[in-house]
Amino acid sequence: MTQQIDQTGLDNPDPTNSTNGSHKLPMKVNDFAIRFATVNGTGSASANNLLLKAIFRMGVPVSGKNLFPSNIQGLPTWYEIRVNGSGFTSRATSFDLVVAMNTQTYETDIASVRPGGYLIYDSSWFIPTKLLRDDINFLGIPFSTLFAEEFSESRERILMRNIGYAGAVAAAISLDTTVLAELLDETYSSNEKLRNSNHRALELGYNYAMENFHCPLPLRLEHISTNKDKILIDGNTSTALGCIYAGATVAAWYPITPATSVAENFTKLCSRYRSETITLEDGTTEVKNNYIVLQAEDELAALAMVVGASWAGARAFTSTSGPGISLMNEILGLAYYTEIPAVIIDVQRTGPSTGMPTRVQQADIMECAYASHGDTKHILLFPADPEECFRFTAKAFDLAEHFQTPVMVLSDLDIGMNDWVVPKLDWDDNYNWDRGRVLSAEDLESIAKFYRYSDEDADFVTPRTLPGISTKGAYFNRGSGHDRFGGYTESSDSYIQVVDRLVKKHQASAKYIPAPIVETKPGARFGVITLGSCEMAVKEALYNLDQDGLALDYMRICGFPFPDEVKAFIDSHEITVVVEQNRDAQLRSLLILETGSSPDQLRSVLSYGGFPISADLVVDGLLNQLKD
Amino acid sequence: MPSIRKPLIPLAPHATNSLGLTVRDYEGSMSTLCAGCGHDSITAAIVQTFFELGTPPELIAKLSGIGCSSKTPTYFVAGAHGFNSVHGRMPPIVTGANAANRANIHIGISGDGDSLSIGTGHLVHAIRKNVNMVYIIENNGVYGLTKGQFSPTADVGSTTKRGVPNDVPPIDPVELALSLGASFVARSFSGDKKQLIPILKAAVEHHGFALIDVISPCIQFNNHQGSTKSYKYMREHELNEIDSVFLQPSEVITAELPRDSSVSIAMHDGSKILFRTLPDNYDPRDRNAAVNYVSRTKANGEVPTGLLFIDQESSDIHDLNRTTEEPLITLPFKKLCPGKSELMKFQESFV
Repeated sequence: MTQQIDQTGLDNPDPTNSTNGSHKLPMKVNDFAIRFATVNGTGSASANNLLLKAIFRMGVPVSGKNLFPSNIQGLPTWYEIRVNGSGFTSRATSFDLVVAMNTQTYETDIASVRPGGYLIYDSSWFIPTKLLRDDINFLGIPFSTLFAEEFSESRERILMRNIGYAGAVAAAISLDTTVLAELLDETYSSNEKLRNSNHRALELGYNYAMENFHCPLPLRLEHISTNKDKILIDGNTSTALGCIYAGATVAAWYPITPATSVAENFTKLCSRYRSETITLEDGTTEVKNNYIVLQAEDELAALAMVVGASWAGARAFTSTSGPGISLMNEILGLAYYTEIPAVIIDVQRTGPSTGMPTRVQQADIMECAYASHGDTKHILLFPADPEECFRFTAKAFDLAEHFQTPVMVLSDLDIGMNDWVVPKLDWDDNYNWDRGRVLSAEDLESIAKFYRYSDEDADFVTPRTLPGISTKGAYFNRGSGHDRFGGYTESSDSYIQVVDRLVKKHQASAKYIPAPIVETKPGARFGVITLGSCEMAVKEALYNLDQDGLALDYMRICGFPFPDEVKAFIDSHEITVVVEQNRDAQLRSLLILETGSSPDQLRSVLSYGGFPISADLVVDGLLNQLKD
Repeated sequence: MPSIRKPLIPLAPHATNSLGLTVRDYEGSMSTLCAGCGHDSITAAIVQTFFELGTPPELIAKLSGIGCSSKTPTYFVAGAHGFNSVHGRMPPIVTGANAANRANIHIGISGDGDSLSIGTGHLVHAIRKNVNMVYIIENNGVYGLTKGQFSPTADVGSTTKRGVPNDVPPIDPVELALSLGASFVARSFSGDKKQLIPILKAAVEHHGFALIDVISPCIQFNNHQGSTKSYKYMREHELNEIDSVFLQPSEVITAELPRDSSVSIAMHDGSKILFRTLPDNYDPRDRNAAVNYVSRTKANGEVPTGLLFIDQESSDIHDLNRTTEEPLITLPFKKLCPGKSELMKFQESFV
């Protein structure tokens, strides 16, 4: 690591003792941000998660954002923790405390400390003089030296050095050490050696900081109770839970960041909830799985498997990200036109093409809304956090089967892979799944003749049948032109009859998708519309602007097609600004296309650099859009 | 695809099968393929197979991709659910359908373009997963619906109607399947119904992926002098020395077994395949023997047909997954949803 530093013309600045008080931060209780700069593959995730969870257990609203490279080992990676007693935990843009454990990134890390803030670094190595700042406080801890003495084995030394900085941070922010100790005991309950090493490492860092710095720093944590009935969970885990609770039995997928953990969690949950051990007559046991997870050859095949399974009558889903959606377009059109349910989880990442696989965007909105060639429109759901991932995903299966069409849940990397503090997931045991209009053998007995695309109901849905039930329900499912009887057609009228019903069916689904979240303020002239993971940043921005005297109305859209109240919201404001995370203002475009609103009514605030959107960006953007 | 219902002309009473159904119950709409198309002969063999096996029509799920071959599911078993999907994607659709309901009998009809060009990756992986299905490639070496381009099975030197030779080496689906570990590999010729029907029956009863490559001449675009997929070429070059007899469970008990059978294979459902007139030392359970036989005879310019390889002990997709016997689609919601108390318990590790 030393080789990475430019040491020419250096004297040892030993900035360890530069906490001379000239750049003190005002005391900040339960309101600060910390950034950890490490090297990926060194186990820093354990240290970061430990701190996040400990803060959560102290009852304080907190977020952890993992800004990681598309790589397994050896590249710079960052983790950001924002603590905010009022609950505003969108991504911070400057940091009160930065833990710089990666000499490769000293320059950016040192620059990211806010004036008066603190930098914890490994003082076993020098910092190039040109990087020194006199408006921040350098807290050097000789981690490498300390841990080399304490831990003999090199891999353990690297891992424990990270736990060591967690100890130092705990001392710096007055993190409750009992909470930390409990967490370590829980995490390593079955591995005494590891448990002891962790405790030792934590203490080493903690004690060094306590003995050498004025700890705690003016960044204080205090126990509060806002996290009662809350959990700390990532969206991909809760999405997988949603699939389990909805009764999905078939999952087909292809590995892709950031969606991989949806299918992996589903598999894990299935082995917990869907595996039965049966004792046979001869006393031996056998495992019987009430599910099947298919790792497909590609995303296109994954969705084809889902469509095959749904056609046969199972609840089936796939999980993917943007590149997968591109491949799935062909099958999305097939499912849409033949009216087969399918649930697609799209954990969005930065496009186009491979883009930045480990960075976030909301850039699949347009593609998903109209996916596939020909006239198509799909149902989309936009969860804003892991709790909604659970609820919306379960809902997606009902919608898909009720409307016999693909439903896409547009989560994103920030929601899917980061831990969020959300209300405990809830479930109503009286709920029963909505399988839609599926005719049983008895139903078929009672009708004269079955035609697949006739007999529409108020939602423009026609009954379907499943293979294996009755010859009377047999029909030929075809992606080619078909009439309302299900027969092949090349006749304009017969073709139009079917596709016109499809667009009405799509529109009818608007009243079934989760309603927009609206918060209005008296006298607000302007409105703000947003979706998904922008919520936290937009709400914080609106709060800040309101404090400054600019009251704005708020609407968060939860799905597509848009219900009528979206148009009403736009029409009731002079200007509505749409905040979203893509370059081309995709939600705004969709609003113009689908609500008939004039482009003059809608403006944009866009964040698309790949990092989660911040409240600062929203404030600046809104002021800019509304200044005249 | 356009389809015409068959006129119901009263005929002499048909024979009935074990379900009391006649062969008409296994027919579909009138074919709209060209007169003399090899595919229609395959359709007729499929109809006969299901009729003789006494398969309940409602349990049959017939799926296809796109192309002339993929039109044919309309022409058999009208009482079965059909799925004419998109080009090349039939294998993963069957994979999903079979995953959801293992009690259905899945038959996929494809062509050489559908299976070995656009859908090669899917075919390969359906074989690897050993999806329990019958997979028929109606192989004519040509794209018929788009009027006569070479397909990936066109032999080097085989010519178009206008005499232009193909210079890209072909994919042989039989060699491909054998190399991938397919558990049932056969080749037949649409002009030889006598050979095809026992192979089809064995394929339906086989527990796993059954690939049947059926050379099926395209009367319009690939039946001329110079084509290696023409009726004439096949009649001159077919090497039919692996003769198999399929016996249903009832026949196993009652029939007088052919004496010249050298290999006898018991199927899962109690039926039996008897192999006769095999080439010297040929054992259809020996994959290497099959691979050698196919490549050796091919080098002589011959097209070997018959049930070339079978592994009756293979584990299908559900064996590998340890899926419950009950079709997944029949599991009640109560059994699938863990309920609120489990959700609360689960969340204990997230606080």
